[in-house]
Amino acid sequence: MTELSGTPILEAPVAQGSSDQHMVLNMGPQHPSTHGVLRLVLEIDGEIVVRLYPEIGYLHTGIEKTCEAKFYQQVVPLTDRIDYLSPMANNLCYCLAVEKLLQLEIPEKAQWIRVLLAELTRLNSHLVWLGTHAMDIGALTVFLYTFREREEILRIFEYVAGQRMMTSYFRIGGLSMEPPLDFFNRVQGFIRTFPEKIDEYSNLLTGNPIFVNRLKGVGYISAEDAIALGVTGPPLRASGVDFDLRRDMPYSGYEKFQFKVPVSTDGDTWARYVLRLEEMRESVKIIQQALDGMPEGPVKADAPKIVLPDREKMKTQMEALIHHFKIVTEGFAVPAGEVYQGIESPRGQMGYYVVSDGTAKPYRVHMRNPSFATLQALETMCKGRMLADVVAVIGSIDIVLGEIDR
Amino acid sequence: MAAEATKNALLDKAAVLAGLPEHPAVKAILAWNADALTDAKFDRGEMTLTIAPDQIRAAAATVQAAGYNFFEDLTAVDWYPSSPRFQLSYHILSHTYKERLRLRVLLEEADPAVESITPLWPSADYYEREVFDLFGVRFEGHPNLRRIMMPDDWEGHPLRKDYPVEGYR
Repeated sequence: MTELSGTPILEAPVAQGSSDQHMVLNMGPQHPSTHGVLRLVLEIDGEIVVRLYPEIGYLHTGIEKTCEAKFYQQVVPLTDRIDYLSPMANNLCYCLAVEKLLQLEIPEKAQWIRVLLAELTRLNSHLVWLGTHAMDIGALTVFLYTFREREEILRIFEYVAGQRMMTSYFRIGGLSMEPPLDFFNRVQGFIRTFPEKIDEYSNLLTGNPIFVNRLKGVGYISAEDAIALGVTGPPLRASGVDFDLRRDMPYSGYEKFQFKVPVSTDGDTWARYVLRLEEMRESVKIIQQALDGMPEGPVKADAPKIVLPDREKMKTQMEALIHHFKIVTEGFAVPAGEVYQGIESPRGQMGYYVVSDGTAKPYRVHMRNPSFATLQALETMCKGRMLADVVAVIGSIDIVLGEIDR
Repeated sequence: MAAEATKNALLDKAAVLAGLPEHPAVKAILAWNADALTDAKFDRGEMTLTIAPDQIRAAAATVQAAGYNFFEDLTAVDWYPSSPRFQLSYHILSHTYKERLRLRVLLEEADPAVESITPLWPSADYYEREVFDLFGVRFEGHPNLRRIMMPDDWEGHPLRKDYPVEGYR
């Protein structure tokens, strides 16, 4: 075993079968189609990719270390910043993990609003994916269309949470506050027209011969390879593995919703494109069910030592004021133990591993982010194909560097 | 609340073996090598099996054959200044049972090293590199054990508890 240190790596490690005729090409970290600061060291033979070696860590900010110095409730805003395209998914996963540690039951209405917003987050994330993916291929128009709808989703987020992107709306024990009065009408108005918008994107792309030729048969990965390399989410289902945590290991009340899990067996970039469009349609159905069956009741758990009191109570009741002061200044102790909570984020299986030593600060928080594992499959998808296909494949696995490097 | 947390919990090996003898992973591990299972715990609906450090690859291969087909996550916890200092947590998912299993390995402070499970699941590659980078635990038989998050010439392992949150200035 060798431990290499000292000089930065400028070339991929020499592997068997590489020859002097291969050229080493650095793609990134500043490259528009790597969706952030991903750096790929490519070994190419003419236009054919022989080896591909991702170099990551350019965006590492030590969020896991920072979490250890914060109170449990102070970690929530940090989770937004991991994956800035699906903040609610991160909020949800962290809150569920801590609630599991506390064995805290949260009210049904809060669960349903969480599902509703988690699915809106999925639409938000998929819209950015679709726009940028199509732009990488050269279809610039779609980007403007998808961002038109994304803007409305961000406005809904701002309406409900006061923030467009770093929402921090889900808190340990429920939601940060009641949604505004006509919030549900606004969501209803959005999803009433959204299926037509998906048709619109589909009209722009699905029959477009350039787009089809760039995607079909490119970036193939088999089901066995996908499982071995840790691929999850839409790329896994596009390879024929029918597994979705929302259906198979439900959380936050997903077992009460009816939806299909789209699966394809083609395993190529095109299959991933078609599958994500289908997922958006299914998300709309889930949001509709959540709106139709929205239960009544509080949005915060009845746990005064954990959940911050309402502003009104705090001003009128001595006890609420004391609880508020204690939570803000000392946090709340969480029983010792370790939990792992997995959810189906827009990009795949996300997991939070939280270890408590019985104090008010988490002893260890670890995030299992889908992009980190999926990136390992990039070489398998690109090997032996043309260099230009790498761009299409990166787009199709939908990675976010923020959650890879953390 | 504390009483609730321990309601359905089986907190030691004897309780798990008596309470859940038909659990596929427990059964497979016992059939393979009962001595390698040093502790077991079933808490908050999650099964944790503690494995002897020198047996982790064989234990992982055993649960892989028993239907736990998807490697999901690997990370470490630094219990400084207690001993044993490092805990490795492997999370393995079964698509068949729709269930997750945690394998746990405890390592001493001096020269922490275990066998790599990358030959079993290539997806463990990045995770082992991450633990090596941030905790300094070595994985023997790993094809490319280099730092992954920190710069290659970085000194120290940031997620260790004796490493300050603000870093060294």
